[in-house]
Amino acid sequence: RTQRPHAGALRSPRPRPSIPPTAARGTHPRRSYGPAHPSRAAMPTANVRAAQPSADRRLSTLVRHLLPSSPRTSAATATSADSSLQPFPTMASPSVFAGIAQGPEDPILGVTVAYNKDPSPVKVNLGVGAYRTEEGKPMVLNVVRRAEQMLIQNESRVKEYLPITGLADFNKLSAKLIFGADSPAIQENRVATVQCLSGTGSLRVGGEFLARHYHERTIYIPQPTWGNHPKVFTLAGLTARSYRYYDPATRGLDFQGLLEDLSSAPSGAIVLLHACAHNPTGVDPTLEQWEQIRQLMRSKALLPFFDSAYQGFASGSLDKDAQSVRMFVADGGELLMAQSYAKNMGLYGERVGALSIVCGSADIAVKVESQLKLVIRPMYSNPPLHGASIVATILKDSAMFDEWTLELKAMADRIISMREQLFNALKIRETPGDWSHIIKQIGMFTFTGLNSDQVAFMRQEYHIYMTSDGRISMAGLSSRTVPHLADAIHAAVTKLK
Amino acid sequence: MALAVDASRFEGVPMAPPDPILGVSEAFKADTSDLKLNLGVGAYRTEELQPAVLNVVKKAEKLMLEKGENKEYLPIEGFAAFNKATADLLLGADNPVIKQGRVATLQSLSGTGSLRLAAAFIQRYFPDAKVLISSPTWGNHKNIFNDARVPWSEYRYYDPKTVGLDFEGMIADIQAAPEGSFVLLHGCAHNPTGIDPTPEQWEKLADVIEEKKHMPFFDVAYQGFASGSLDEDASSVRLFVKRGLEVFVAQSYSKNLGLYAERIGAINVICSAPEVADRVKSQLKRLARPMYSNPPIHGAKIVANVVGDPTMFGEWKEEMEQMAGRIKNVRQKLYDSLTEKDQSGKDWSFILSQIGMFSFTGLNRPQSDNMTDKWHIYMTKDGRISLAGLNLAKCEYLADAIIDSFHNVN
Repeated sequence: RTQRPHAGALRSPRPRPSIPPTAARGTHPRRSYGPAHPSRAAMPTANVRAAQPSADRRLSTLVRHLLPSSPRTSAATATSADSSLQPFPTMASPSVFAGIAQGPEDPILGVTVAYNKDPSPVKVNLGVGAYRTEEGKPMVLNVVRRAEQMLIQNESRVKEYLPITGLADFNKLSAKLIFGADSPAIQENRVATVQCLSGTGSLRVGGEFLARHYHERTIYIPQPTWGNHPKVFTLAGLTARSYRYYDPATRGLDFQGLLEDLSSAPSGAIVLLHACAHNPTGVDPTLEQWEQIRQLMRSKALLPFFDSAYQGFASGSLDKDAQSVRMFVADGGELLMAQSYAKNMGLYGERVGALSIVCGSADIAVKVESQLKLVIRPMYSNPPLHGASIVATILKDSAMFDEWTLELKAMADRIISMREQLFNALKIRETPGDWSHIIKQIGMFTFTGLNSDQVAFMRQEYHIYMTSDGRISMAGLSSRTVPHLADAIHAAVTKLK
Repeated sequence: MALAVDASRFEGVPMAPPDPILGVSEAFKADTSDLKLNLGVGAYRTEELQPAVLNVVKKAEKLMLEKGENKEYLPIEGFAAFNKATADLLLGADNPVIKQGRVATLQSLSGTGSLRLAAAFIQRYFPDAKVLISSPTWGNHKNIFNDARVPWSEYRYYDPKTVGLDFEGMIADIQAAPEGSFVLLHGCAHNPTGIDPTPEQWEKLADVIEEKKHMPFFDVAYQGFASGSLDEDASSVRLFVKRGLEVFVAQSYSKNLGLYAERIGAINVICSAPEVADRVKSQLKRLARPMYSNPPIHGAKIVANVVGDPTMFGEWKEEMEQMAGRIKNVRQKLYDSLTEKDQSGKDWSFILSQIGMFSFTGLNRPQSDNMTDKWHIYMTKDGRISLAGLNLAKCEYLADAIIDSFHNVN
């Protein structure tokens, strides 16, 4: 196979300076590379304020060891044998990591990092898509707490390795949840499902599988899409290209552009589709548009790869949010499906998800599953138990399942209410522009249409944190913070264009 | 409604063979014989041959339930309290390298996930380097480096003649490797052989590795499980770190805390300076994000709770000593049974000198097959048996099987 492209990979030449062969362990002065360091020749004095914190630390450590007041030092007798007396244990050769640059913070998760650093009492985090209550607090669903309690109080539970494919019950129930219990694909045993690490893990495993076993290495992803998508697929060994999706003029779907781009894709190419509640735009095709997309894709043998991270969260109905997917399964064709329980069950940190591959026949599904195991085993061997057990417990118990659907609807409803409140708040302020997209868009996020200058302004002046593409997480809003956000948007659009 | 194409796009996908290690348990489950014994995967069993959750783990989980913490995403690098605890455990809390901020630690998916992250890092930043792995080694090591596209070669390790360490061969091969190679070392309780270098041999290895500017890369899956002492089992790693070398260490809590299914471990990179550690950490994060975004909380919180509470930490150490002790007892009984039953005069003492969960019996492939086919004893085909799956009651039966396979099968 050809070398995989690496987006943004840094190839640093490994520094291999020559070192005098007589340099014995513990006596060779450590040379330093990378950001400027003060020379070792600058001997420490009592005042060791150096320009850079790292140099500062090194020098102050050195000073502590060499000043006569320190009981541990006798500089003359500091031996190489006891490295605790050396400022740093000296090294025979400099760091091999010298040429490695500081990686930037992840653009999405980095928003929370920045938010956490902000001391302002009015700060609002509209960055990462994690649900918050009206009080602005993270939430664990009641039914999840109950399930967890049952699991932990069960004395006969064990923590043995799951199979590579994960918890069997979880897999079956997950497939039923997304495809429908009466799905012909399930009844015909044509679905290979493996438990994976939430949505990301499912996408990565699916991508790796396709890179190895599918004849087409190109995946088309919507423009824009979740920031992590291109990286996941590129590292999996696929080449990512984009298809038009969002129309900034209408703040809606560029349906013509989408159809044109998919029409001109090579036959057999993979196409990433957001099952519902498109991230970051919140713009979803209508059912009629989905049907057109399906027909086009099937006529060109394009392979659908669905990302379902918001089932139940978008409309409040699990079945409604799965309609796009089920439409494709109903025509008997093949597809990949990455499922996440991070949002709809609030299991974010437990990393629960599943990858399903709907295949042409049961035999093929068995072989496909066997190959998925070969992808997973060298990546992390087998998936984590806890989150999957919680999901399985809830899905298999009809009372708990019903309870879940109610809590899920409550979350979805609160988000819809936030949309309405924000829209009204902007109307009241007579903020220039058409803000109806706020109530038309679906799911956790709103693509505000704010540009990066406006976003930066809102961060600086109003301590409002969002990703630089203008995406806000409605789940992070409350009735209390909506006015502050509306003020900020109003200021941003009137002061900056 | 337009129908989809008739032919499957996955028609040509071949059936993959079962995993050589995990596949053993699948085969064991399918066996209906009363005599069957699973000595395949390295998962600890009690004397009653039952899986067990450590008491201290149950305690921690109940405590976590009471605290009722949320399930928010962890940062990409994982749970901070876990990362601190794991580095402290590995290196010693007052290790200068920790105090100096020179350790980059990322919570990862147990040992496998830690190794894979490190392999991805090596592939990206050391594209010309190769990894040297012991012959033999844990079966999944090769898969990990293959999938990460990191070239590897083997260094001699196991000497079938002595059923011990081929130290000369090991040194020679590591010496002969191109400068700047990564040398994968098992911190303790080598898997599959159970044969570890002596402290003197570790020193010599460090000399050669330092001389060739190789990067030591430790796989630590059995800290505390090998000897029963957490500190003793970390001495090889600490020796290298003390020398001032930069070191990679993959850690797992699967065995020593019995957290197999929770997938909890860490990749640590001990660097020459704190800002190097910062940069290395930032790049490891960039590799983790497109793999799984951030790691699972549950196992990390269990570890942090256990290690962070002196009482629970003490209880853990006791339970670990018990587990290691049971394995030592079983080794003794197996050795006694073999010596008593085997009339050939073969030296079975390697059973006692090998350390950890596994014993490398020296049985070859057909002999291992005989163990399974005739005796219903499940093990990996490289001759490795997991003593964690053995109890005193079954030692004699196992001894009979081994003697039969060894002498009557070629």
